[in-house]
Amino acid sequence: MSNINNRPTSPHLQIYRLPLTAVISITHRITGVFLSVGLVLFVYILYSVAGGLNAYALMQANMNLWQVQVIYWGFVYALFFHLCHGVRHLIWDSGKSFANNTLNCFAVIELFVSLMLTLITFIFYLNTEVLWSILHL
Amino acid sequence: MEHTPPLTISSSKGTFHWVMQRITALGLVPLSFWLIIFLNKCLTAPYINTLSWLKTPLNLICIFTWLVLVFYHAALGLQVVIEDYIATASIRFVAIWGANLSFIFLVLIAFCQLLNILSIG
Repeated sequence: MSNINNRPTSPHLQIYRLPLTAVISITHRITGVFLSVGLVLFVYILYSVAGGLNAYALMQANMNLWQVQVIYWGFVYALFFHLCHGVRHLIWDSGKSFANNTLNCFAVIELFVSLMLTLITFIFYLNTEVLWSILHL
Repeated sequence: MEHTPPLTISSSKGTFHWVMQRITALGLVPLSFWLIIFLNKCLTAPYINTLSWLKTPLNLICIFTWLVLVFYHAALGLQVVIEDYIATASIRFVAIWGANLSFIFLVLIAFCQLLNILSIG
């Protein structure tokens, strides 16, 4: 039994340099947990809308604090990242694109698209009048 | 040495869990658009503007559906994470149901707030 402890072990996370696909995989989990916590913030915003004009104004003031803004845009990026990798998972579930080269290619595409979506959201955030006029929403 | 993994919720109802995770994900992909618009409205638009947006039937239905799907999706996802990292069966059970009950509590508050918003003006 004593030689069990001396067996060679597989590379540990601290030593093994994770490939991009592995980093993205664990980031998907982390963003998922992070976004679950973010639901509290969503309920707070909804609560403020229901609370009337004063509660709404207070919420807008709170959300525009720079510290909150940093967290908010972290949530927006986490959402788009989770969405992009989620779509990737749905493609995998259909039994397609497991080849090595497509794995890395998709990983880069996911990162790029999630960054672009966050950037587009930020641009619309800065120019809200443009958003309303284009989307008529 | 005897090692029998305890029967957990996902090992007995794994297929249903897996399928529902995917179905909610499929719904959430397009509905995320409405979430982003809604958040953008709330953070920048005047109160009347946000209210009228939310009271538009299509927007209301989308935000409501997003709410239902996102809380279900989050509960399913968090359950998998808890099952993967918590080895002790009793703590795992408490953690999963603690998460589930928190989500149920939050979604009930959200529903009440939506009803309140509909009754305004």
